Amino acid sequence: MTALNGTLERSRTVAEISTTPTNPAAPERVLWKGNEAMAEAAIQAGCDAYFGYPITPQAELLEWMARRMPELGRVFIQAESELGAINMALGAAATGKRVLVTSSSPGISLMAEAMSYMAGQQNPMVLIDVMRGGPGLGSIGPSQSDYFQLVKGHGHGDYKVPCLAPASISEAMALVADAFEIAERYRTPVAILADGTLGQAMEPVVPAYRTPPRPTNDWVADGAKGRAPRVVKSLDLQPEHLERHNLELQAKYREIEAREVRWAGEHLDDAEIVIVAYGTAARVARTVVERAREGGLRAGLFRPISLWPFPTAALREVAGRVRAILVVELSAGQMVEDVRLAVEGVTPVAFHGRMGGMVPSPGDVLAQLRELWAITEPVPATGHGPGHPRRHRPGAAASGARSAIGAPTAAPSGRTPRSTAILDELVEVDIADALTEVWR
Amino acid sequence: MTLTEQPIAASAQPEANPAAAPLRILYQRPDALMEKSTHYCPGCGHGIIHRLIAELFDELGLNEKTISVAPVGCSVFAYDYIRTDWIESPHGRAPAVATGVRRTNPDKFVLVYQGDGDLAAIGTAEIIHAAARGERLTVVFVNNGIYGMTGGQMAPTTLLGQKSTSSPLGRESGEHGFPIPITEMLAILPGVTYAARGTLIEPSAIGKVKTMLKRAMQVQMTGGGFSIVEILSNCPVGWNMTAPESMAHLAQVAETYPIGVIVDRQKAAPAAREG
Repeated sequence: MTALNGTLERSRTVAEISTTPTNPAAPERVLWKGNEAMAEAAIQAGCDAYFGYPITPQAELLEWMARRMPELGRVFIQAESELGAINMALGAAATGKRVLVTSSSPGISLMAEAMSYMAGQQNPMVLIDVMRGGPGLGSIGPSQSDYFQLVKGHGHGDYKVPCLAPASISEAMALVADAFEIAERYRTPVAILADGTLGQAMEPVVPAYRTPPRPTNDWVADGAKGRAPRVVKSLDLQPEHLERHNLELQAKYREIEAREVRWAGEHLDDAEIVIVAYGTAARVARTVVERAREGGLRAGLFRPISLWPFPTAALREVAGRVRAILVVELSAGQMVEDVRLAVEGVTPVAFHGRMGGMVPSPGDVLAQLRELWAITEPVPATGHGPGHPRRHRPGAAASGARSAIGAPTAAPSGRTPRSTAILDELVEVDIADALTEVWR
Repeated sequence: MTLTEQPIAASAQPEANPAAAPLRILYQRPDALMEKSTHYCPGCGHGIIHRLIAELFDELGLNEKTISVAPVGCSVFAYDYIRTDWIESPHGRAPAVATGVRRTNPDKFVLVYQGDGDLAAIGTAEIIHAAARGERLTVVFVNNGIYGMTGGQMAPTTLLGQKSTSSPLGRESGEHGFPIPITEMLAILPGVTYAARGTLIEPSAIGKVKTMLKRAMQVQMTGGGFSIVEILSNCPVGWNMTAPESMAHLAQVAETYPIGVIVDRQKAAPAAREG
């Protein structure tokens, strides 16, 4: 046996372990690589077809699918390019199949065109981006520099892509199943933003699979047997019609914003200062928060899991009762823009980032956190007068969310933040009324 | 229009009533062709090709099992005229979209409709690799040598010397390169079961195009690989010609792109064994 075969045998053993029903009383832990774990999670979630193209650091995901999908009689194609891969997914998704596409940053750039078409055609799909350093060919090290690219919509046109960001391999596996469910519930592509660390690292996981129920697909192109033909398309040369379509998409996005926000918090109850970070950066941040607390600094961690919809209301609530926020990213500062939009200036927001495949060290982040604490003022305990910028809402969204995943959540009952209330109104707006509104 | 025979509906032969004069339907709209005027320019060949496809869908019983893939270009609107399910593709990506449909729907018939800008320029990689994989697709490749929808710019298929809005002095090989005989290029791939080129120049040639299309569809229906029919069509507006002039010009087009069956590996296989 060659070394390669040895590797394959080991991987197969892991697959067998992971697909064996485990005793819930004593769940079995396995040491697993992120790329392979996400691939198997997709398979167990009922993925019908996988389309990919080799790129580091996600190649093991493609290799896992290359072996497992044919074993199960499902579709695997290594395409001629990322363009080919995502367009194959477009075709399969338009016939109602559950499809997965994966790549890394440069390949994701190539997929922007089809993502726009799929958003317009409302084709469900799950896309995993195992991000690497850029711009250009960049590096193969971990990065979070695709935030702008994916969270802000990816291709041309007014659309959004729900983006989920796992911080561990176990969470990545759970989010893969969630992503398929969101994709089909709202008929939209959904992206999972992992990074080179999550793809390449191995860590102990307790495989917990979930297969979302199949939706009723009354829109798919599957041969017009006994019914009128259907066209799955995004083109509409009538401006009035295309605007109506866009308004329907926007109403859908408002609904997603109201219902699919996911985030987690640690030590937010008594935090004086908070780090906001996602994915691998949040793993670093967690270490920093624990070290800060050991030193007497009451720090907390706010970890967005859904990057779009961004946990704006929950973060704003936290911001109203802390003296400062430090955003940590594996980028030059991308999510920090959404943090600042959410915080709306009620508290200072600082940034710490590394790029090109570098990861922030806990020591550096802790030093900046302490400096930030030193140069900012404590939050007044009481007596917010009218017009005071701080919106302190004890017990609202973030409070009590220590280590709890706040997802999926609607806005907390009785405390609907102002912005969410506006979003809710938009969801309820009649399309015809909205059209009239535009003309006024 | 076409001189091909139509299936005569049983109900159209009222032989049960000897008093009525026997009527025979020689020409009618196929079920697969929707009853509406096309948006195509006067004299354009797309309408003829749509009709040929619709006639064959009726004849081969494909209306309720076909998933068609539309290109970008004038014929993106084929989905308004041919009565099957359609999926719209990004520019040039139709063979990849169709691959996704094909592999996940093995019991369906998959039609791909592309123009020459779509197939031979921006979608070169997708068509070559779909053919190389031997995807069980039937590609209708409409070659009018120009980008029609955007106003008549030069395509990779534009003839040498031909003027277009982006080659106003005429296509010159040193500056613009040579026309691409892409169907011949595809035909050398073993995954291609059938490749042929026809022309709309005259009714008898249109009948031959229908024969080619039928063969290409039958290849897919009988489990063969990739099949493609290139059809030399006209673009009177883009070519700055009257409709009759543009049809006559197809003779010159055929000098660069010869008419005929380029490869038929389903037929060739038994012959090779005998030899």
